[in-house]
Amino acid sequence: MTTSVVLFISAFFACCVEAVEATTVVLAVGLTRSWKSTRRGVFVAVAVLVAIVAALGPTISHLPLSPLRLVVGGLLLVFGLGWLRKAILRASGYKALHDEAAAYATLTAEAQRLNGAPGVGSGVDALQASGAGWMGGDAYSFTLAFKSVLLEGMEVAFIVVTFGANAHNLGLASIAAIAAIALIVAVACVVRGPLSKVPENTIKFSVGVLLASFGTFWGAEGAGATWPHSDASLLVLIPAIALMALATVGVLRNYRRSDEKSSLTPVVTS
Amino acid sequence: MFWWDFIVGEDITIAIGVCLGLGAVAIFHAHRLSTWWALPILWLLALFISLAKALRKAR
Repeated sequence: MTTSVVLFISAFFACCVEAVEATTVVLAVGLTRSWKSTRRGVFVAVAVLVAIVAALGPTISHLPLSPLRLVVGGLLLVFGLGWLRKAILRASGYKALHDEAAAYATLTAEAQRLNGAPGVGSGVDALQASGAGWMGGDAYSFTLAFKSVLLEGMEVAFIVVTFGANAHNLGLASIAAIAAIALIVAVACVVRGPLSKVPENTIKFSVGVLLASFGTFWGAEGAGATWPHSDASLLVLIPAIALMALATVGVLRNYRRSDEKSSLTPVVTS
Repeated sequence: MFWWDFIVGEDITIAIGVCLGLGAVAIFHAHRLSTWWALPILWLLALFISLAKALRKAR
């Protein structure tokens, strides 16, 4: 039961973060270039992602449990710690926060530049700009929408497949991902602009904690360890990792503040 | 390169820490010792080293 809830939450929020990033690109090219080609790009990317989940999910689920937990748990742990590291650095101010409004403005300006003057620019830009009329649509919009949805979706597909296979509940993980996409798309349809109010870093931080916790649990089990009190140890592992991450953010913030103060203090030499 | 960037990311230290942790648990298990704590300790160490590297770069 606990695993199912955490599985749903992890897949749902991970998907929300990635969907927000992909939606920013889709809205920018759709509104400034061609909705028809943008939609095509999104549909093709989603079809590729569904094929990946459908092909890999059942295959991974049929592998023996111990090696599966060792390999997939290890991958999940590396991936989750990567998210957590980035979220810690962002929360403590050592890395810039992901700014959807700025990304949207840059993309819109670029798309408008190419829209107004096909062939302007050089290399790939010029080639993509001159792709107007490609398959009855716009190659630039298609490529950008396809690439962003596929790349952001790959992270979600990775979480859905690994988490779903390990918990033997690929269906629930897929439902969570679909629910998140539906929510973000619905909000984007209403807002018709960058979804800058979504607390991306907080969500990424929480999902990083969950992925690291489950990765640790499954990875160690796969390597042969026996956790005290079995699955119940997750109830200690998740808050412990969350507390460690929050404490690290606190320490780094203080460190940064003292760093800034010392750089502002004039050096007095006698 | 895509998969490398996708899973390992900006710094390989964490991946090394996780591999060492899993290896340590497996080796201890082969000697009939349950060392679940070895994995979190080693990845925690790797995470702190990785954060220290990022801080040094940011400064």
